Amino acid sequence: MMKHESIETNAALLIIFTLVAISIGGLVEVVPLFYIEGTVEDVKNADGKDAVRPYTPLEQLGRDIYTREGCYLCHSQMIRPFRDEALRYGHYSLAAESQYDHPFQWGSKRTGPDLARVGGKYSSAWHVKHLTAPRSVVPESIMPNYPWLNENDLDTGDIAAKMATLKAVGVPYSLTKIEYDANVEKFGESVAKKLDINMAEKNLMEQAKLGNYDGNPDKLSEMDALVAYLQVLGTMVDFSKHDEAEFVKFR
Amino acid sequence: MADSKHKITRDPITGAETTGHVWDDTLQEFNNPLPRWWLWAFYGTIIFSIVYWILYPAFPLGFTKRGFTEGISTVTFKNKAGEEVTSKWNTRALLAHEMQNDPNELKRQEMVKSVAATPLADVTKDPDKSAFVLAYGKGIFGDYCAACHQSGGQGVIGNYPNLVDDAWLWGGDAADIETTIRKGRKGNMPAHKGTLNEEQITEAANYVLSLSGEKVDSALAEKGKEIFNTKGCSGCHTPAATGMKALGSANLTDHIWTQANVPGAKTVEDKVKAVKAVISGGIQREMPAWESRLSNDEIKVLVAYLKLLSSSAQ
Repeated sequence: MMKHESIETNAALLIIFTLVAISIGGLVEVVPLFYIEGTVEDVKNADGKDAVRPYTPLEQLGRDIYTREGCYLCHSQMIRPFRDEALRYGHYSLAAESQYDHPFQWGSKRTGPDLARVGGKYSSAWHVKHLTAPRSVVPESIMPNYPWLNENDLDTGDIAAKMATLKAVGVPYSLTKIEYDANVEKFGESVAKKLDINMAEKNLMEQAKLGNYDGNPDKLSEMDALVAYLQVLGTMVDFSKHDEAEFVKFR
Repeated sequence: MADSKHKITRDPITGAETTGHVWDDTLQEFNNPLPRWWLWAFYGTIIFSIVYWILYPAFPLGFTKRGFTEGISTVTFKNKAGEEVTSKWNTRALLAHEMQNDPNELKRQEMVKSVAATPLADVTKDPDKSAFVLAYGKGIFGDYCAACHQSGGQGVIGNYPNLVDDAWLWGGDAADIETTIRKGRKGNMPAHKGTLNEEQITEAANYVLSLSGEKVDSALAEKGKEIFNTKGCSGCHTPAATGMKALGSANLTDHIWTQANVPGAKTVEDKVKAVKAVISGGIQREMPAWESRLSNDEIKVLVAYLKLLSSSAQ
């Protein structure tokens, strides 16, 4: 039998066994999530279609800006199933709600509040003011100013490529007729249209024009995209239509 | 380290084994067994983990029914239909249970319900209920309202109305405030830079300022009155300029300024300039609807809080 001393006095062996011990801890926690059925909840609307959809082209670009500016360093997007969080932020986050997030923005630090359900909480005009100069609306805020979001034109040139990349990692954007039809089946027609990569640029312009998120209809700015993204966060599942017992079943 | 041969010896005094390392000829390292208390604590953690595995969800084993061992402990809560549901232990079920059974949570729900069921006038007279409204309302207000209306409810001139000054654009009755919170409001005043020329806007601004007793050019104000009554201003603000709560149009005679920063302007010229900016640019603003985020009872608590904040309830 191997004596403990032989591990202690052999650096290579010690490193190998340490790695093995640590990996078991990590693997046991992470790997099962990929094959346990129900890790990602199946959440349907009343019409039988999936409640959670991938982001529209404009929202996806906004999401990229969210990542670029490092919003996740101070804001989480993960409401945990605790009473204090439920009372402050609303229903706890479902895995289903971030199933199309690559990379996810759960975050691990709340210097600012959680944003998982910020969609619809404030008007778009408020968001524009707040992102440009946070202290103009919240004097106590310590958030930095992001004035360039108004000034920068939104770079829409690579949206189709971005969607195709996300498609490669499993986000159901559609390129072919077959994929489109599958999306109609899964999300319904109006959503499926927004997920069509061939229509990406047109859809993006349409949403920006209709939403006019930055308050300036003549300009498609980065602010348009970011606010469009913020306004959809946490709004896809209508929790008033669901029973708590339904989500408990998945855990 | 002097000795590289690792000659393991026994200490002659204590009888303990050494590691064979010797420093400075005599300094040796004992290879003592782990302290008894430490060892038992370590065994204790192993026993604890076994008990934990049995009680709570633990091992991701593919052959089990759901892909992991679920544990034997359970949590019971009521579903939407009010039926008792017993689930294997998990944090979601635990939260549902807590929201229905935790004494503090029940107390919170009971207070919210009782405030909501009490007429506003009685809430403000009841010290217990007022104290609860001030404390709990401050929390809701801070989370949902303060981002615009500021933590003290004082608002921001030009953007968000002051909520503590007893002037209400959309009506100050409890029912009106409740509707505002529930449904949100869209404030809209058309821009007049297309329909009025610079001169006319200046005259109208002078008239509007004169309504609140500002010392302006009375000749210009007189002309402004004509514009006010004939160019559409009075349609929303009424001929008496006292506003209409159905449209959210401001009372222009009450010395209260929600859009033009008149109190902050030092000279008459600046005051005219501030009012002119509003007349020419119009107002587009929106308050979101809260009925999907706040329960009916919570909205009633919020109304009571606002009423307690403003002086009308005293």
